[in-house]
Amino acid sequence: MRIGIVCPYAWDVPGGVQAHIRDQAETLIDMGHAVSVITPVEDPATLPAYAVDGGRPRPVPYNGSVARLTFGVKATARVRRWIREGDFDVLHVHEPLAPSLGVLACWAARGPIVATVHSSQERSRVLITGYYLAQTALEKISALIAVSEHARRTIVDHLGGDAVLIPNGVRVDHYLGAEPLRTWPGPAIGFLGRMDEPRKGLAILLAAFAGVRARMPTATLVLIGPGDADEVLSGVPADVREGIVILGRVGEGEKARALASLDAYVAPNTGGESFGIVLLEAMAAGAPVVASDLDAFARVLDGGRCGVLFPVGDSVALESTLLAVLDDPDARRRLTAAGVRRVAAYDWRTVAGDLIDVYASVTAGQSGVREDLRGQIVGRLARRRELGGDDAS
Amino acid sequence: MTLGWWILAAALLLAVLGLYLSMTAGRLDRLHRRIDTSRHALDSQLLGRSALVLDVASSGLFDPATTVVLADSAHAARAASEDDVVPRGLAESNLTRVLVEAIPDVSEADALREVAADPTMLDDLRGTCVRVQLSRRFHNDAVRACRQVRRQRLVRWLRLAGHTPWPETVEMDDTPPPGLTAR
Repeated sequence: MRIGIVCPYAWDVPGGVQAHIRDQAETLIDMGHAVSVITPVEDPATLPAYAVDGGRPRPVPYNGSVARLTFGVKATARVRRWIREGDFDVLHVHEPLAPSLGVLACWAARGPIVATVHSSQERSRVLITGYYLAQTALEKISALIAVSEHARRTIVDHLGGDAVLIPNGVRVDHYLGAEPLRTWPGPAIGFLGRMDEPRKGLAILLAAFAGVRARMPTATLVLIGPGDADEVLSGVPADVREGIVILGRVGEGEKARALASLDAYVAPNTGGESFGIVLLEAMAAGAPVVASDLDAFARVLDGGRCGVLFPVGDSVALESTLLAVLDDPDARRRLTAAGVRRVAAYDWRTVAGDLIDVYASVTAGQSGVREDLRGQIVGRLARRRELGGDDAS
Repeated sequence: MTLGWWILAAALLLAVLGLYLSMTAGRLDRLHRRIDTSRHALDSQLLGRSALVLDVASSGLFDPATTVVLADSAHAARAASEDDVVPRGLAESNLTRVLVEAIPDVSEADALREVAADPTMLDDLRGTCVRVQLSRRFHNDAVRACRQVRRQRLVRWLRLAGHTPWPETVEMDDTPPPGLTAR
């Protein structure tokens, strides 16, 4: 099957949706399908062979954080050309509610279009104000997929209509049995995510860690992920700061090994998470998981059987939870074993099989994805521009 | 002067109305097209399912009694797709129910896998049942989206949908056999 995948966010900026698309593409390619991904990207040299440059992203505040999105006439032209030349059997758009390449692709194509909604959003102003163009683009989607119950509710609220629930996947083989990155001087706690994004909850973990460090002076806090750490750490006392190791942005392999070296992986997020893929990655790498009791996290952790939950935003509760987990090697072994078992159901191979079923049920008897030029003024402009030989970035 | 303004305002209003109507007509066209294709996809999935059930029945996988019931309901479903003497939804629902009864739980599915000459047959059967369910869902979603637009007052008054018949959802039982879908 020839599958065209549209990524809304910058490829070279780490993020859940981008990682999802990469794993989806690679798993489908492994299974023998022809896959092309179009995505915004800062530096086209970082793109893998199966990905196509969709244009430079621009930072815009969207859905509670700064998103890097690509839009405009030039991006539309690129998407059109990609659709025309790709000759796809099915188009798979991710996050169609984000004003980026996804909505442009829906707009520029006709034929079987599948869309996956990742984020759970409060009712978005964009769609309430009757965003007519987006609506007409979204109405072309033949099948909607939600990665979580939350995302599904977003679809029901915004688009009217239902979605098939296909949970996020983990490439279990990349994490299982990863060699620990190194041994830490004492019990190691890990955090993964943007450090300077408040809803990732690093501040809550830092407060709890100060308490842990008071009881366990050798405890280490390992920070993995992008973002400006200085600002976040400015209020941390010097003796606590000594126990903090900043790994910063790491590659996939190093991430798996860093997770494997932890005695507890903490997800202190305060909201906005629709799924919690990092939890599954940590579980696959064998790290015991401590997470705030967001609905999405509780579901992944099977209501607390495969990890420990603490009340959202409560650093005192997190501190006592951490002390209990770090003090009990038997409990950690149990959590690790339960986590590894749990994660098998989310293996990407299983997920990709479900996706193929969805593709098959919308492509049956269809002649594939074609360019759609009807009634689109901007589309026509883009086409003219493209014919004029605009090829520069 | 005032007359000029009135004429200008009226022209503007007409232009906006015209633009709105032409966009809505385009939208309706798109929605109808989506219904056509989803209906087509559902049809081919249903035909694929009954064909596969006939294959499975003739392969001797099931006991004679199950085989007869399966083949009978699959034939009935195929006949209903051609002449519609029996409502098609009813015939397809019957096939669904027979499949559910044939593979009611995981232990039954495991037992079948052991005796099957070709174990992938059961995976194919699971796939086709899941796809029928998905296609019907997508089709009914398309119908719902279209109906929403067609209910709008302006669309009804100005007959923007032309002579296109009122879209109908497909109602049938499409539960895949529980023995095959449990994980």
